[in-house]
Amino acid sequence: MNMMDKTMVTKTVKIAANNVNVHYADSHAIKDVSVGIEANAVTAFIGPSGCGKSTFLRCLNRMNDTIDVCRVTGEILLDEEDIYDRRVDPVQLRAKVGMVFQKPNPFPKSIYDNVAYGPRIHGLARNKAELDEIVENSLRRGAIWEEVKDRLDAPGTGLSGGQQQRLCIARAIATEPEVLLMDEPCSALDPIATAQVEELIDELRGNFTVVIVTHSMQQAARVSQKTAFFHLGNLVEYEATGQIFTNPQDPRTESYITGRIG
Amino acid sequence: MPTFWLIIILLALSVAGFLLGRHRALATADGDIRALHSLPSYYGVNVAMWAGVPSLALLASWLLLQPMLIETRVVKSIPESMFAETGSLNLLMSDVRRLAEGLDLAEERGLLSNDQINALDLESSNLRVELGTIGVALGSEILPEVLSAAQSYRGFSKTGHLAMVVACLGLAGAGFVYALLQTQKDLRARNLVERGAMALLVLAASLAILTTVGIVLSMLFETVNFFGLHAWSDFFFGTTWAPNFRGDSELSILPLLWGTLYISAIALLVAVPVGLFAAIYLSEYASPAVRTLAKPLLEILAGIPTIVYGLFALLTVGPMLLRFFGQGENGLLGLDWMSGATSVLTAGFVMGIMLIPFVSSLSDDIINAVPQTMRDGSLGLGATKSETIRQVVLPAALPGIVGAILLAASRAIGETMIVVMGAGAIAKFSGNPFESMTTITTRIVSQLTGDTDFASPETLVAFALGLSLFVLTLGLNVLALIIVRKYREQYD
Repeated sequence: MNMMDKTMVTKTVKIAANNVNVHYADSHAIKDVSVGIEANAVTAFIGPSGCGKSTFLRCLNRMNDTIDVCRVTGEILLDEEDIYDRRVDPVQLRAKVGMVFQKPNPFPKSIYDNVAYGPRIHGLARNKAELDEIVENSLRRGAIWEEVKDRLDAPGTGLSGGQQQRLCIARAIATEPEVLLMDEPCSALDPIATAQVEELIDELRGNFTVVIVTHSMQQAARVSQKTAFFHLGNLVEYEATGQIFTNPQDPRTESYITGRIG
Repeated sequence: MPTFWLIIILLALSVAGFLLGRHRALATADGDIRALHSLPSYYGVNVAMWAGVPSLALLASWLLLQPMLIETRVVKSIPESMFAETGSLNLLMSDVRRLAEGLDLAEERGLLSNDQINALDLESSNLRVELGTIGVALGSEILPEVLSAAQSYRGFSKTGHLAMVVACLGLAGAGFVYALLQTQKDLRARNLVERGAMALLVLAASLAILTTVGIVLSMLFETVNFFGLHAWSDFFFGTTWAPNFRGDSELSILPLLWGTLYISAIALLVAVPVGLFAAIYLSEYASPAVRTLAKPLLEILAGIPTIVYGLFALLTVGPMLLRFFGQGENGLLGLDWMSGATSVLTAGFVMGIMLIPFVSSLSDDIINAVPQTMRDGSLGLGATKSETIRQVVLPAALPGIVGAILLAASRAIGETMIVVMGAGAIAKFSGNPFESMTTITTRIVSQLTGDTDFASPETLVAFALGLSLFVLTLGLNVLALIIVRKYREQYD
């Protein structure tokens, strides 16, 4: 599929953010951002360091709640329900909106227990056999089953960096989220592991809505259907990926993708 | 020349060396600092080092070694019939030393001249009375052998001291001259001083280690003496602790060890949950404001002297426990389990309070060392905070926490004041925490206080107990360090 074809894809909106502002103590990190993230597509957030793309990503599953000084205003709708509504339990929300982090962070447990962690907490399996099935399916969808099926009892921390990151993706999949947020998932990986993870992201699109923050414009171009460019806390441009990279409307976007700012 | 003045002279020589060295270095460079290899003060320090350090080191080792050497020489001059065993030789030698010191004093006060002292004999004068007039009290009548030994002791001391003064001044002078002659503008004084600084640091580090070795060795010798007088099988495998001075004491470590471990176990039962939960609260839940206030407050507990904890045990906790669990019908619960304020529970409880900051502050550091990404990973999967702590943070921190607990345990095992005051003095095997029991440390204190005879097993057993305690806590510390170190490797 070449880039121009991607613009043809139109989907329903999974997450709608309207006029979101984020403050860290005194600094205004996200300024009035509105964006609609499409279901079953990969949306990439790009922009220079400190532009707020990770902060915005962390708003989508309320991970910013764990930071004391962080204040979020505006509205973020997941399936037309405001996730910052008082009635929403952020803990349940995070089960629905899974997250993969910049640095692979397997728990110091066995590979099996790493993947089984979410299902156990949320009571997704009625018995051991069902749990085994969830673990196997998740590892398969994380494209790491073949490599680890013989050593599920080995510690997850003993895997290579790329394997660890795929394990973390499998772990996030295991709770059957609807949305997967990825915060620079390849920045700590070598090119081969990056390629494997990118391939995986493309496959995940079939079942999940994926939002990925990345520093690499090539990566955004390779894996995403829509791209949002952030700059100094503003959402500068949000368009189909092909559009952004071939025909940016905003001069700042053009400067960034041609390497003049960033 | 008194040693004090010798030290002053050596120091003065160093200061002079500093000034002269700096001056000379500048002179060789015609007063231009830029022509020097190092800053002028480095040349000064270099000369001062050469003048002061070797001579002062010689002085220190001389002062340590001279008495030992003289003593062995003097002992040879005392006929063997005078001392049957080592114990009385020590007594004899202390008589000799005291007499020699008395004679020194007599000479200083002008009561006797040096020649008079060397010519002294016991028939013509009443030395004991004479020395009494200048305030030197001698215990018993002076034996002729002791007098002659004291005379030769003084002779050796005087010669030795003179030799020391000459040697130290000679060495200082030689170093001074050598370093001063070396001083010219191209001398790499900065590098030499650097090496000197390193030597100083090495010296400090090795002193600390050597002291530890010295302590262990001194304990070891006394322990060997003890096992010469008392069966080791009774010490390690006996069941009764019953020292008496009739000579048939049963001195077994086991009842004491049981008391020690029992009290320590209760202390840990108090300290570990409270300390750990406090650490979890402080590191995971507390806001920065609470944390900055609460952490130092908790650590104040660690600064309270243990004797104060002992008073707390004796005056507050003991009577309180007694009101709950004792006094029969008059007690709060109507129980009659406890008969006195001192008990295993009293000591263990108070010791537990003492250990809380120990456990909490170590655990707090360890929990904080668990990477934030772990927590994020768990929270991102929809786990609550306490699920995250229970299932991810604590397992990751567990080895470190175990290390912290072992360190606290070794602290508990070695604790003395609280158990002296709170635990009682009865050595026995019992599972009842309301009874008095005693510990190794308490028994060491009681065996060594009061009138002690360092030739009897009842006293020497203290050293065997001390060494056993040392081995026990050392083992625990080593184990704790191994565990903590292994844990560190996991994330770095």
